[in-house]
Amino acid sequence: MSDVEEPPVLQVEGLTKRYGDLTVVDDVTFSVRAGETVGILGPNGAGKTTTIHMILGLVTPTAGTVRILGRDPHHDRGALEQVGFTATYVSLPQTLTVRENLRVFARMYGVRNAEDRIADLVERLKITHLADRPTRHLSSGQATMAHVAKSLLASPRLLLLDEPTASLDPDAADRARQQIKRIVAEEGLTQLITSHNMKEVEEMCDRTLFIRDGRIVAQGTPAELYARFGASGLEEVFLTIARNEEVI
Amino acid sequence: MAGGAGVRPDVRPSSWGRISAVMLRQMYLYKRTLHRWLEAVYWPVLDITLWGLLSTYIADTDPSSRIGFGLLGALISWDILFRAQQSVSVGFLEDMWSRNVLNVWSTPIRAWEYVGGTVLVGIVRVTLGAVIAIAIAGFAFGFNFVVEVGLPLIPCLLALLLMGWAVGVATTAAILRLGQGAEELAWALGFLFQPFSAVFYPVDVLPSWMRGIAFFVPASHVFEGMRAILLGDAGLPVRELAWAFAIDLLYIAGAAWVFSWSLRQVRERGLLSRFGE
Repeated sequence: MSDVEEPPVLQVEGLTKRYGDLTVVDDVTFSVRAGETVGILGPNGAGKTTTIHMILGLVTPTAGTVRILGRDPHHDRGALEQVGFTATYVSLPQTLTVRENLRVFARMYGVRNAEDRIADLVERLKITHLADRPTRHLSSGQATMAHVAKSLLASPRLLLLDEPTASLDPDAADRARQQIKRIVAEEGLTQLITSHNMKEVEEMCDRTLFIRDGRIVAQGTPAELYARFGASGLEEVFLTIARNEEVI
Repeated sequence: MAGGAGVRPDVRPSSWGRISAVMLRQMYLYKRTLHRWLEAVYWPVLDITLWGLLSTYIADTDPSSRIGFGLLGALISWDILFRAQQSVSVGFLEDMWSRNVLNVWSTPIRAWEYVGGTVLVGIVRVTLGAVIAIAIAGFAFGFNFVVEVGLPLIPCLLALLLMGWAVGVATTAAILRLGQGAEELAWALGFLFQPFSAVFYPVDVLPSWMRGIAFFVPASHVFEGMRAILLGDAGLPVRELAWAFAIDLLYIAGAAWVFSWSLRQVRERGLLSRFGE
C-alpha cells in the first residue's frame, strides 16, 4: 500500500435508523478503501440490509452520513453512478431475456458500448448460453449470475452484494463466488458484502464487521478476529458474538 | 474481445439514457407479452363497436340528431385520457410485480426521469389505441372524428393527456405509499373522475354540488368544448381550453408534489424495501 492514504470509496459515519422507539441501525461508522472487500455479518434482524439500503439511498437515515467517493447519495443521485447492487431478494423482469434486461440496465447506467460489455460479462460469468433465455426460465444459480452481471455492467467503483448466494446450493454458491472474485480482481472493484455464510465471508473478505442489534460489535481481519475471540473460524466468532452479551 | 480484464465499459450517464432505459424495458414487455398488445387494442375496439352501434341506433331513431356522434367522440377522447393515466401507473406496477423496484431505484435514476419514461411509452400506447378507435369509427360507423372536430382536436387531446398523466402520477404515488394492496387504484382512480368530467352529458345535468367539483376537473371543460363542436358549429373553445390547461397545470404541480412526498415518506419509513419482498 502506498504511504499516501487514498480517500475511502465508501465512508459511513454515525449511521442510525429508528422507526419510532425501535432502533434498527445504531451509530454505525466504517469505511471501505479502494480495492478492499468488506463483509458485514450478523444474525437475522441485525440491521445489515437496512445499512445497505441506506447506502443506496433507498432508506433515509435518522442520523449520520453516507459518502460514496465523497458524494452523498441521499442528496446527489449521481453518486449511485459508481455503485452496482444485487441482492437475493430482488429479481429482474421475468419475461425479458437476460440480454434484454442487461441492455435496459446498461442504458440506466449510461454504458455506451453495451453490446460488447454484455457479451464480455456473460462470457466471463459463463452464462453466454443463457443470454437469450427469458429470465423466468433460469435456475436460482443462473439467475444469481444474471443479477451479478447486471451489477457489474458499469464496472462500478463500489459493488454492494446483499446475501448474493443465499438461495444457492453449496456448489452453485461456490461457482458464483469464484466468478465474482475473478471479475472483482480483474476490474479492481471495491466490495461490501452481507452474508450469513461464514465460508463466503472468510473466502472473499479482507475485513469483517459484525453487527448485532444494529451496532458494530466487532471488526477486523479474520486473523484479528480469531485472535480476539480465541476462535479458529468466523463461525465460532459469529456464535460467540451472537450468543454472549458479555464478550462485547 | 473478452479475455484478461475484458471489455471496459464506456460509461457516460445521462438523463435521456435513463429515460430511454425505462422506455426500452416497457417496449420489451410489449414485445414479449401478447396480452399487453391485446389489452391496448382489445378495449378500444370493443368500446367503439358497442358505442358505434348505439350511435347508429340513435341516428336511426332521430336522423337529425348528432348525439350519437357526440357519444362516439366522447368515448374516443375519454379512452385517450384513461390510457394516458394507466400507462404511467401500470408502468410502475410492472416493476412492482416483477420485484424490480429496488433494482431500478438503486440506480442513479431520478423520479422525473422514471415518470418521463412511462409517459413517453404511454404516448405510443395511447396513439395506437386512438388510431384504431378513430379508424373503426370512420370505416364502420361513418364518423370521421378528426374531420368533425378539426384543428381544435389537437389542444383538446393535449389537455386530456396532461390530465391523464397527472392522475397517473398521483395514482403511482398512492401505490408507492400504500403498497401492492392499493394496485386497484391504477384502474379505479381514473374512473372516479368520469362522473365529473361530463364525458357523455353536459355539465348542466349534474346536481349543483357535482357541478362545483366538475369545474375543477380539466376534462369537463374539454368535453364541454368538444361537445359544442360536435353538436353544432362552434369553433375553437378558447375559454374552455384556457380553463382546462390552467387546471391541468395545477394537477401536474399537485401530482409532482404528491409523488415527491410519497417517495420521501417511503424512504423515511423504509417502505421501499417491501417492494423487494
